[in-house]
This record gives sequence, structure tokens and C-alpha cells, in this order.
Amino acid sequence: MRLLLIGLTAGFFSALFGVGGGIVIVPLLLLAGRFELRNATATSLGAIAITAAAGVVTYAVHGAVEPVYAALVGIPATGGVLLGTALQQRLPVRTLSYLFAAMLVVIAIRMLVA
Amino acid sequence: MTYVLAALLGVVAGGLAGMFGVGGGILFVPVLVGIGLTQVHAEATSLLAMIPVVLLGVWRQNKYGNVRWRSSLTIGIASIGAAVGGAAVAVSLPESTLKRLFGVLLLFTAAQITWRTSRKPK
Repeated sequence: MRLLLIGLTAGFFSALFGVGGGIVIVPLLLLAGRFELRNATATSLGAIAITAAAGVVTYAVHGAVEPVYAALVGIPATGGVLLGTALQQRLPVRTLSYLFAAMLVVIAIRMLVA
Repeated sequence: MTYVLAALLGVVAGGLAGMFGVGGGILFVPVLVGIGLTQVHAEATSLLAMIPVVLLGVWRQNKYGNVRWRSSLTIGIASIGAAVGGAAVAVSLPESTLKRLFGVLLLFTAAQITWRTSRKPK
């Protein structure tokens, strides 16, 4: 039941803002699902694949998807994600938690002043 | 913004995705707007860009034994309808108020994670 609510919330925010929904899924799995941080982030990535695909199909109907630009940022990002997941296994959970919170604050400030 | 810088920021977005279990859209969207896409086109394109990224990420995390597949698929499938709704709202709505509300939600979440982490014994 909690997972369904997390999915609904994440799906809506994801498509509305063009983000994966991880910034909703990870904190909710940590706080409501009592997940450990690495499990939460790993589980989030799998869910995002489905959420993003649903969003892309909907946006494509409106002709808003630009595949060339997606490749421009998406292909370099595949290299980044390999580095990120490898680095994540080596950092302590406490450090990761604070870094994640710091990232949320930066994003929030950006959104509030935008 | 040049295409080279956009590609470099793409690498950074991928790094965030791997470290924090997010899609990277938080960075993709402003970068795509920076190279000339409209907000809606940037959001749509960001979602496409992140699909290979998260697939690669979840494959790696699966090797480390961190993925809870049941939860992952439940959240993903539950999100489909809401994602279709969210995209439909995005193409028809000025989103500045929602963006601000979302910013407040993020600050609240960050505070809660920090508080919980600081209370846990080392």
C-alpha cells in the first residue's frame, strides 16, 4: 500500500518536472519504507525506468521529445552512472545520507528562487 | 551553453543518478533549457535521456545485491498512470507555484533525513 502511494506520488512529480522521481522515491523509501540508503537508491533506479518510459510516451504524443538532445546528455551520463554506483559502494552510509540531504537543499533553493 | 559543456554536465548527472538513485533530470532539464529547448521539451527529453542511465545503474546495483525488485516494480507500475497525468498537466499548466511547493517539500525531506541520520548511533 505504501509502495503504491510512493509510485503514484513519484509518477506525478516525475512527469510534471521531467525528473526521474528519485528525489521523491528515495526519501519515501528511507522514511516510510525503512529502507537502508543503498537499497533505497538501487530500488529507485529500477522504478524510474518504468516511470520515465511512461512519461516519454505521453510527451511524445505532444511532440515534445527531442531524441538527438537526449543522446547528447544521456550517453555521457551512462559513463557517469557507472562511476556513481561504484563510488556509492565505497562511501559510508552516514556520509551518503548527508550528501543526499545537501543535494535536496540545493535543488529546493533553486526551485524556490526560480 | 556549448554542447561540450552539456555533455560534461551529462556525465555529472549520471554520477548523481548512480550515487543517489535519482534519474538525473534535476540536472538534465536546466542543461537542456540552457542549450535552447523550451521547458516542456526539456522535461520530455530529460525523461528519454535518463532511461539508459537508470537501466545501467540498476544493472550495476543488482550485481551489488542492493535492488529490492518487488518494491521497485510495484512503485514503477503504480507510477504509470500518475506519470501520464503529470505529463498532461505539465503541457497545459504554468508550473511556478507547484515548483515552489515542491521546493518546500524537498527542504522538509532534507531536514528529516538529516535529523534521523544524526540520531542514529554510529
